[in-house]
This record gives sequence, structure tokens and C-alpha cells, in this order.
Amino acid sequence: MHIVVCVKQVPDTKIIKINPKTNTLDRRSAPAILNPYDAHAVQEAVKIRAKTGGSISVLSMGPPQATAVIKKSIEIGADRGYLLTDRAFAGADTLATSYALSKALERIEKDLPVDMVICGKHAIDGDTGQVGPGIARRMDIPPITSVIEVTEVNPQEKTVLLKRKLTSGYEFIKSEMPCLLTVEKEINEIDYSPMPNMIKAARYEPIIWTVNDLENVERTKLGLKGSPTIVGKMFTPPRPEGGKKLEGTTSQQVSQLMEILLEKKDLFTISKA
Amino acid sequence: MNFDDYCGVWVFIEQNDGKIEGVSLELLGAGRSLADKLQVPLSGFILGDGIRSLASQVIAYGADQVYVIDHPVLKHYRTESYMKGVIHLAQNYKPEIILYGATPNGKDLASAVATDLNTGLTADTTMLDVDVDKRLLEASRPAFGGNIMATILCKKHRPQMATVRPKVMKALAPDSGRNGKVIEENISLKEEEMRTKVLQIVNDVTKKTNLADAHVIVCGGKGMGDLQNFQLIHELAETIGASVGGTRDVVEAGWLPHEQQVGQTGETVTPKIYFAIGISGAIQHVVGMKNSELIIAINKDPNAPIFDVATYGIVGDAMEIVPALIEQFKSLRTEKGGEVSYV
Ligand SMILES: Cc1cc2nc3c(=O)[nH]c(=O)nc-3n(C[C@H](O)[C@H](O)[C@H](O)COP(=O)(O)OP(=O)(O)OC[C@H]3O[C@@H](n4cnc5c(N)ncnc54)[C@H](O)[C@@H]3O)c2cc1C
Repeated sequence: MHIVVCVKQVPDTKIIKINPKTNTLDRRSAPAILNPYDAHAVQEAVKIRAKTGGSISVLSMGPPQATAVIKKSIEIGADRGYLLTDRAFAGADTLATSYALSKALERIEKDLPVDMVICGKHAIDGDTGQVGPGIARRMDIPPITSVIEVTEVNPQEKTVLLKRKLTSGYEFIKSEMPCLLTVEKEINEIDYSPMPNMIKAARYEPIIWTVNDLENVERTKLGLKGSPTIVGKMFTPPRPEGGKKLEGTTSQQVSQLMEILLEKKDLFTISKA
Repeated sequence: MNFDDYCGVWVFIEQNDGKIEGVSLELLGAGRSLADKLQVPLSGFILGDGIRSLASQVIAYGADQVYVIDHPVLKHYRTESYMKGVIHLAQNYKPEIILYGATPNGKDLASAVATDLNTGLTADTTMLDVDVDKRLLEASRPAFGGNIMATILCKKHRPQMATVRPKVMKALAPDSGRNGKVIEENISLKEEEMRTKVLQIVNDVTKKTNLADAHVIVCGGKGMGDLQNFQLIHELAETIGASVGGTRDVVEAGWLPHEQQVGQTGETVTPKIYFAIGISGAIQHVVGMKNSELIIAINKDPNAPIFDVATYGIVGDAMEIVPALIEQFKSLRTEKGGEVSYV
């Protein structure tokens, strides 16, 4: 059983601050982290491997510093990691990203056939969730998004049983392998990394690939050139008027508010219990 | 690619168990105005098993045409089978724009279709417009980092596609007298060729918070300080019979489960009354609540952007104001002898 997990380095949006004057991101304040959903993806691969045996590769595309997220994945339990890094990949939208990653997967597959690909539900810096299904289509394997449980993996029959989140509830799905899953956070809790993993991660040197290491690549499909979507303009949304400020001491403010709320009889009433 | 071959605005009509999702009707409303501006027809397309009869509803909500693919293999949503149908339709009829609701299945489908059609897809759009001269879809969404919106364009590929957040567009009032054309398409789908099977669907209403349908929501932000103070939010909500919501920062801090997050990556809500307490009003939050009828903001920073969207604002300390408000409602309850509720 060979699982490939796709991971991304993202700015930590919890810590990142916005400069209220310029409305732009204060990048200095943002440390780079492993996308939280991807951490759960790696963790799930580790859980599966514990039952089926086999190995886990992680694959990332990003600047050279993104080796950090591969090391982090090794810490969680991955066996090896690949980083795709090249200027040719820069500026890629989701379509160009899934193209580049699928080409890397093709190369990985040459050494070791892939039974399953796992991605996080989405990356927190873009929140699109489009790359996973894109990779699946390019590899022509079924994509199963919003997975909240991997119920059973049968490497002999090459099938997997999954629980998938829906708008109101969930569904059980059986899929042939190879397939691609995108996982929600609730799928697992991230374990504390055992000491040997930490040591391995500290020493680990990811396999670095540039565009020249990939085969049969159409360069026009990469990076900015290969991205059909572009940012047309950025704008501050029309500022609404803003409402009325309730002035005075706390108790004055509160009683004004009570008046407003109770005046709207259709909104708030006291109903006899 | 000859752009002149591509014409018309299309909306994916998502149905589950023969019931059309609300967001699809909203998109027919939004799609209608885009189609009118471009002077092209608006079409809905619907896939499923035994769903022909839903076409009239699609027309009543604004479509000029409905494409229907009715097939037993399409009984439950599956990427593989639905994608085949949509690609077949798009390649045959060449719409210039396709809109999908940003639901789990809508996003899943759109992502797969975009890859096969080799075209652009904008995720989680909250504003839609068209540049009539250039025939470009202008799909806007909050930009990463900053209280700014980004308009995403797809200039060189067709169709132009976007997923759109539920509850931000308005559905038209249904008009059963509207005329429209129903076009049935047949495609060959074989169950034995499907690599995925839906074994069981479980509707779990307990997990789904009532946020989306709540009439009154008390939403707390990071300004509540800590988990203990956040209990004030729960207490106020309980006192007035409201549902509790939170910002992403609150969810990240573990004060509330993700189901209760309001905003771009949580729920979009439109209650009668929305209390925003200790919330700065970042755009990713605001897109999820700005259509509420009455918005009351409590924040100690007079320049907090939340005041721009609030109907009434109170500049002050939530730790003082919220307890006072709870007190007022409680004494009102004792005085009148009943429950506070929305009717
Ligand atoms: C891709 C992406 C998606 C996102 N999706 C969402 C989303 O779905 N929903 C969401 O909410 N956010 C989302 N965010 C995060 C968003 O940008 C903001 O960071 C977040 O909404 C801020 O939460 P907050 O208002 O609780 O906290 P803060 O911004 O820290 O604001 C706290 C506020 O409380 C006030 N305050 C402090 N103490 C008091 C007091 N004692 N009394 C009264 N007021 C007080 C402060 O003045 C401040 O205005 C997303 C961000 C990104 C990048």
C-alpha cells in the first residue's frame, strides 16, 4: 500500500495581522506552517499504514523554504517527501497547480505504484478546495471529497470504505483504489510525534525536483501561463453607511438598546410560557 | 477556441432526494440578471433519477430553458457520473458561464468539470457581475489577508465558471406562469463502470446547528477574551432564545465547534437580529452575516469595521454591556412571566 499525501505551506492566518490603515497583510507577522488540513491528511495516512503496512510519500509544491512542511510531515510519520520547486511553477492557480502535482505523481508512480492520494480539504490561504479533485481527474481516479472517516481499507481487493460529510448529514461510500480523498479536520486528532520521527525529521533531506525532473510536461500549462484565472482588480467593498451609535453610559446604552429591541414587536416578544 | 460559439448563462440545479437546494434557486435569480445584461438565455441543468418534474420549478424561478439528464445511475450524487453528464452538456451546448452553489457537492463537481474542460473556476464567490462589452464574468470573493475583495476573471477560456456561496444571492419570487423549454438529454452511463458506490445516506439533523434557520443569533468574537467570558455569549443567547455563533478565531481557539462558525468558510446567515459582540468585522466574517435584518454590534474599539455594517452600534466593554443586557431581559421575563422569543 503506497499513499501519497499532497501538502502545502501556508502563512498562519491565526497569527497573521492585517494593517488596518493599508488594508494589506503584514507578512512579517506571519510564520509559515503546514496547512492544518494537510496535517490531518498525513495523520490519516499514518493511521492507514498502521493497519495495511506500506509506505507514505508526501508531495509539495512551493518555494525552497517549503522543505519545512515536508520535514513536519516526516515528523507526523511520512516515510519520504518530494518538493517541486521552480520558478516555472510560480503564480499557478488551481488548474495549473493540479497539473504540476499530477506530473510529479506520474513520476513518483514510476518508482512505486500509488494506491491512494490524500489531500487536505482546502488550504487556509485560499480556501478553494479545487486542487484535490483536479489531481484526481488528471490521474483518472475517483475523487472523494469531505471525507470524515476512513472506515476500512482492503489492499487485497483494492477497495476502501469511507464516510463523507454532506450539507445535512453524511454518506457511506465504497470506492475502488487507487482513489483520491480530501479530508476534513474531524477525521482524526494529530498524535504527538514519537521521538524517532522527530530525529528522522531533523535530519531529513527532501527529494527536490525542478520542472526538468518531470516528464512530458507542457510548459504552457504551468504557473502563471497555465492559469486561466487572473485577479482583475482588488477593491474595498462599498462601505455601508454604518448605523446609529448608541451613546451614553453603559446603562443608558443598554436601555436604548432594549427600547429598540422591544419596539420591534415583530422581532422580540414575551410569550407566556 | 472561438468565443462566439459560447453563449448563455447556466446554473447547476442541485437536488437531493428530489428537492432542489436553496442555493440553486438563488443562483437562478443572480443568473437571470447576468443573462439579461448579456442578452442571452438563462438555463438550468439538472441531473438525477426521476427528477423530470422539477424542471417546471426551475422555469418558475427564472430559467428560459432547462436541460435534464434523468438516469438511474444518477440517483445519488457521485463525481464520476455527474461530471460525465455536465461535461457532455457543456461540450454540446457551449454555455459561456456556468454557476454552481458552493455546497460540498457543488464544489466537488465544479472542480472536476473545470479540470476536464480545461477552464478557470473561481471558488466561493460572494459578488457576481458581467463586463458586457468583453463578455467577462466578474466573480468576486474576499481576498486573502485584508479587508479587500478580489475580482477573478477568466479571459482566455470558456466556459467561465464559479461556485457561489449559499444565501448571498437572492432568489426571484416563483412565477408558475413563466414559459420555458425543457430539453432532455440522454447519455450512456453504466453502473458497472462506476468506481464508486453510495452505500447509505444518513440525514443527521442533530449535527447541523440551527444557525442557518435561526431568527436571532448571538455571535461572539475573540474580543470575549477567554472561554470563560465566552459563556456570556451562551447566557445571552439562552435568555433571549437565540442561537450561538462565533468567528473563525473563536473556532480556532476551540471555544465553539466549526459548525457554529459564521463567515466565508462557515455558515452564511440571515437572521432577523444578529448580535456581533467582540468581533472586529473582518471581511471574511462580514460576508457571512451582512444580510441580517438588524445588526447590533458591541465593540470597545470605535473604529472597528463591524460598525460599518451594524444597524446599531455600542462602543463599550462587552463584559459590562452583555451582563447588563442579560439582566434586563431576565427582569423583563420575571415581570411579564413568560419566555422571550421571536414570533
Ligand atoms: C481564507 C480565510 C477565511 C476566513 N474565514 C472566516 C470565516 O468564515 N469566519 C470568520 O469569522 N473569520 C474568517 N476568517 C478570519 C478573519 O479574517 C478574522 O481574522 C476573524 O474574523 C477575526 O475574528 P474576531 O473578530 O473574533 O477577532 P479579532 O479580529 O481579534 O477582533 C476582536 C475584536 O474584539 C474587540 N474587543 C476586545 N475586547 C473587547 C471587549 N472587552 N469588549 C468589546 N469588544 C472587545 C476588539 O476591539 C476587536 O475588534 C478567515 C480568514 C481567511 C484568511
